[in-house]
Amino acid sequence: MVTLETFKGQEPAWCPGCGNFAILKTLKNVLVELQVEPHRITLVSGIGQAAKLPHYTKCNTFNGLHGRALPVATGIRLANHTMPVIVTTGDGDCYGEGGNHLMAAIRRNINVKLFVHNNQIYGLTKGQPSPTSSEGTKAKNMPGGVLSGQFNPMALAVALDCSFAARAFTGDTEHLKTMMIEAMNHKGFALIDILQPCVSFNKVNTFQWYSKRVYHLEPEYDPEDRLTAFSRALEWGDRIPIGIIYKNKRPTYEERVPALAVGELVHQCFKAGC
Amino acid sequence: MDYTIKIGGEAGQGIQTIGETLVTVFADSGFHIFSHQDYESRVRGGHNFYQIRLANKPISASRSKIDILVALDRESIHSHEHELTSHGTILYDSSMCKFIREGNNFLDIPFEDLALEHGKDKITVSTVAIGAVLGILGMELDLYNKVISDTFQERGALVIEENKNAALAGYKYVKQHKKEFPFVMTVKEEKKLLQIGGIESIAAGALASGCKFYSAYPMTPSTGIMNHLAAKAVESGVVVEQAEDEIAAINMALGASYAGVRAMTGTSGGGFALMTEGLSLAGMTETPIVIAMGQRPGPATGLPTRTEQGDLEFLVSAGHGEFPRVIYAPGTPCQAYYLTSKAFDIAEKYQIPVFILFDTYLADSLWTFEPGELKHHQYHDYRLRGDVFKNQQDYKRYLFTDSGISPLAVPGDASQVVVVDSDEHDEEGHLVEDGATRVNMVEKRLFKKLSQIKSEVASPEYYGAPEAQVLLIGWGSTYGVMKEAVDQLAPSMSIAMLHFCEIYPLPDSVRFDYLSILRESALPICIELNATGQFSRLVRAETGFMFEAFIHRYDGRPFTIEELIGEIHGHLGNV
Repeated sequence: MVTLETFKGQEPAWCPGCGNFAILKTLKNVLVELQVEPHRITLVSGIGQAAKLPHYTKCNTFNGLHGRALPVATGIRLANHTMPVIVTTGDGDCYGEGGNHLMAAIRRNINVKLFVHNNQIYGLTKGQPSPTSSEGTKAKNMPGGVLSGQFNPMALAVALDCSFAARAFTGDTEHLKTMMIEAMNHKGFALIDILQPCVSFNKVNTFQWYSKRVYHLEPEYDPEDRLTAFSRALEWGDRIPIGIIYKNKRPTYEERVPALAVGELVHQCFKAGC
Repeated sequence: MDYTIKIGGEAGQGIQTIGETLVTVFADSGFHIFSHQDYESRVRGGHNFYQIRLANKPISASRSKIDILVALDRESIHSHEHELTSHGTILYDSSMCKFIREGNNFLDIPFEDLALEHGKDKITVSTVAIGAVLGILGMELDLYNKVISDTFQERGALVIEENKNAALAGYKYVKQHKKEFPFVMTVKEEKKLLQIGGIESIAAGALASGCKFYSAYPMTPSTGIMNHLAAKAVESGVVVEQAEDEIAAINMALGASYAGVRAMTGTSGGGFALMTEGLSLAGMTETPIVIAMGQRPGPATGLPTRTEQGDLEFLVSAGHGEFPRVIYAPGTPCQAYYLTSKAFDIAEKYQIPVFILFDTYLADSLWTFEPGELKHHQYHDYRLRGDVFKNQQDYKRYLFTDSGISPLAVPGDASQVVVVDSDEHDEEGHLVEDGATRVNMVEKRLFKKLSQIKSEVASPEYYGAPEAQVLLIGWGSTYGVMKEAVDQLAPSMSIAMLHFCEIYPLPDSVRFDYLSILRESALPICIELNATGQFSRLVRAETGFMFEAFIHRYDGRPFTIEELIGEIHGHLGNV
């Protein structure tokens, strides 16, 4: 029987009040609900505050390099495609440093779950703008404000025909839990962009800022209609939709790799010299 | 007998097809061959050549002089006419070259007309040319006809028939129009020899050693490994992944290795520059990985299709931080096969990155061997799997042990978790900041392993006269040409070769005292295809031995035997 206690990991080193705590707790609840044993799942991360999460959850862990979690996760899935793999990452790690890998992973449709802690700021390096910071955001290293346009992960996902793309908010953990379970049960690559406040460095996009804006996509919304999904993905500002923005039924990468048809690579035996 | 054939022309004219097909026919007939290529970084046009040397004894390098030149364009005649031996012949098509040359050394063959008439397609010019070469050599067409049948099996009987007709047309034309046939083809034993190239032997060595995962981004001269592995992916159960960039390639391979399979990546200098952070990750996480690193001249894009030995020092010091690594530099396809196999063994045994450092010249060269000469290293699975893992209580990925080697478990095979971290970590794999654990971890992954790793390094190969006065020292792909230079100079002087193919860490001089050999030689010459003598600096840094004589070449071309001998003669006044 898997309980919350099963996943007890190291003591988190995040700032008090950080949105990461809600994500960590929700993820553990999801693993308990799905009754996944710690050795039957692998958490992969890069660098950043979000990337520390695997240490705070007892399970197989590969905490690698900044921006490089997705290639590692892809390698793990190709070597052992019955092992569920979750990547926990941040907006800087995944949308900035690892942007090329994100595009490639979406296109491959590798069956990896990508949970992005998006606080629109760099926390670990103390307050520089991230790709999701809005234009004009001021920071110590950019006193004149951000000049680049804001990165829109949902629009990118729809544009690249991502097999599952959802947005959630740490202020609504019941909804976040539903999104995570939907992602875990989805056959294919699944991206959840999780909006969260950064209590130490983001004084604009606060808990209240998000609370006032986020709303649930209406029940009759059809996430499989790509064109509608694209227009909803563009919605940002006064009103920000949360929920499954887009999904489809593309075959996974793993089921199209011929060498994996006979079973997991890691369990295919090799006889020396043949 | 010892003949050289050169095929020259533009990119896209089928030079490589002619060259490789002739090599197959010669090897199937029992001749020893050595071939190398020279091509530009373009798909059409320019000037390329393919050079084949064939003999009835083992050979390992190219010669400067050529006996038969197949010129598919005028440029080939202009560039290579002066390389012809006195009895040599140039086969050309005056209408293709748009000029006529008279004389005993020229044979004007209407390649295109014969191709259209007998092969029913201009594309069979290559086939006509091969038939012509076999004709002038006085060989039979039987083996070539068999090669045609095999090559075009899927294209159908008509294509096979047309190609056989084209070959016969070229063959007959030569017989009718050539008065003298100076070539005497004698084979010692009519036994098919195994032909294999450097790049293919790396892929074959990987397959023979249980490689299950290869991720890479295409880059000359390493791309052939991916092609060869991809061709065998289904039958051998290998995943071959073209990554979005080299950073992804190495991180994917590390992910696969972490998950429990033998993994490899391959690239060239520019791509490896992108991989260096991943290399450091392999060092910190102690994840086994094999990296095939094909050198070409740099800096930056350099000469993309040419050869050099310019990345040794880069590999020795690549990646931030301090961690152990091993570098092998094979000199022949046999060594490439064996050392790739050893790389997988050592990488997994010590949980470290291991390099196969090769270059364009070795990658593109074809050699012949007796079947059975290709031997792989021992295969042993060092991972903790299945029931053995299940029975290991209190598993810790980075357990402190006397050997410094911690148990490498396959995640998911037992109820215990496997945690790895790019941060400094404790025995369980969780990040730590304290100095004491840091020191213990450096002791474990670096110092404790290093002495054992060094004990696995094989001694350099000494070839030639004992206590030789002139000693040629080299590493990697210069093996063949140095060896032949020694053979050729041996009657006139006391000469030997000392070749290193396991170059980092350097072999110890206890088991084989190569340092005394270096010190006692009157003229030790360090030969490298780079501008600054990177290996000689490594020897000096590690052993204190200082070379005073050097042969460096950095025009992107390999040495022929005669060129190297010329360079050696230049040093002889100093003995």
